[in-house]
Amino acid sequence: MARLKTVGQSWRNCSVTRVGSRCLSGALLKVENLFCERDDRVLFDGLSFEVGSGEVVQIEGANGSGKTTLLRILSGLSRNYEGDLYWRGEPLAAVREQFHRELLYFGHQPGVKALLTPEENLRWYCALHPSLDPARVMEALEQVGLRGFEDVPCHMLSAGQHRRVSLARLYLSDAPLWILDEPFTAIDKRGVAAKEALIGRHIARGGSVVLTTHQDLQSLGAVRAINLDQQSGT
Amino acid sequence: MADLSTNPATDSRMEHRTLGAGGLFVAALKRDLMLSLRRKSELVNPLIFFLMVITLFPLGVSPEPGFLAELAPGVLWVAALLATLLSMDSLFRTDFDDGSLEQLLLSPQPLFVVVLAKVLAHWMLTGLALTLVAPVIAVMLFLPAEGMLGLMLSLLLGTPTLSLVGAIGAALTVGLRKGGVLISLLVLPLYIPVLIFGTGAVQAAVTGLPLGGYLALLGALLALGVTLAPLAISAALRISVSG
Repeated sequence: MARLKTVGQSWRNCSVTRVGSRCLSGALLKVENLFCERDDRVLFDGLSFEVGSGEVVQIEGANGSGKTTLLRILSGLSRNYEGDLYWRGEPLAAVREQFHRELLYFGHQPGVKALLTPEENLRWYCALHPSLDPARVMEALEQVGLRGFEDVPCHMLSAGQHRRVSLARLYLSDAPLWILDEPFTAIDKRGVAAKEALIGRHIARGGSVVLTTHQDLQSLGAVRAINLDQQSGT
Repeated sequence: MADLSTNPATDSRMEHRTLGAGGLFVAALKRDLMLSLRRKSELVNPLIFFLMVITLFPLGVSPEPGFLAELAPGVLWVAALLATLLSMDSLFRTDFDDGSLEQLLLSPQPLFVVVLAKVLAHWMLTGLALTLVAPVIAVMLFLPAEGMLGLMLSLLLGTPTLSLVGAIGAALTVGLRKGGVLISLLVLPLYIPVLIFGTGAVQAAVTGLPLGGYLALLGALLALGVTLAPLAISAALRISVSG
């Protein structure tokens, strides 16, 4: 128990020492024998994998194969599953609060309020995640190319800009685990390249990423793929 | 683009600043009030409904002052109750649709603090607003002047309970496409005690009887609601999002 606690706090050290040896000592997220059924259709059965630090895991599969469902289960949003999830070696249900502190989830819906401005949206995100520094909100907006739009209500922005507001959270975040559901939808080519570079830096710091995308991740070297089409047994 | 790991700002993030529960509560309250104020049409909906019921009632029944004065406590309270109920469905709806609710559930911050702030914001724009306009509208129903204090105090203590209980129903049905009718079925039975004690307080005030007992009961219901409802709402939201 005590040993696991120290591992739990060591991620911040990793960002200083790059990939420290302690960070590689175990998987961050471990999935064992996951089973999920939806509308009498088995999405996956006996799905087991690990996500270690410095790793990118890409969930592949056809539309409707359960990619979003899997990500929602991993993030702790959905409880419609059987099987075991472990965060840093402990059952996820027991360490839920710590897990949520160390998780960034980018969902199917971007979680951006259309009536609020980009700045107000990100400040609210900082309020929900007290480890984040609200002073860096403007910097994050500049990184996603929304400088000058910070006072414009989000419903006036284009679809791509709307999603960029949510992606700005990646620049603010200090969470080791990123779960990203289709992060590149409606983002232009330059934006995609910048996000890939950001993911590259994140894994170099010892973080991990689980994502779904229909694009090839060219710039990222080691991407582990998990194909859900083979899981459903069709 | 600066490398994040060498960015000096990362050092400042090392120290865990904690926004206390109070700070979070204020931030959530401000955010919800701001959102409501930017959606003005929805803002005035409950008030207009309240006003319409009260103005149409004498036309449908009888414009006779004595008759209306007798009915006024019940009519005012039923109209306030239905106005609150109608506004309940939208409480978590937009948050659910745009993914804000998911982000809220994935926050390490205590969920019931945010939930309580959301309900308070909702009450300030429905229950509190109804309480403030009620004396003006009560005059249209010839409610005697002695009843005004009882009316305002009972609405002030009763409507927050309506918002809290209604929010449980809203949280349970937010995942459903058509939750409106279901909310009414779930919540109306729980509204009945508030309605009985609320109208009781106004009638007691009109007839000159002490209304302390009624107000104490409304206060007890409110205390129960404030302590227990946020936990029920939080659990209901987790179930709805998990769905």
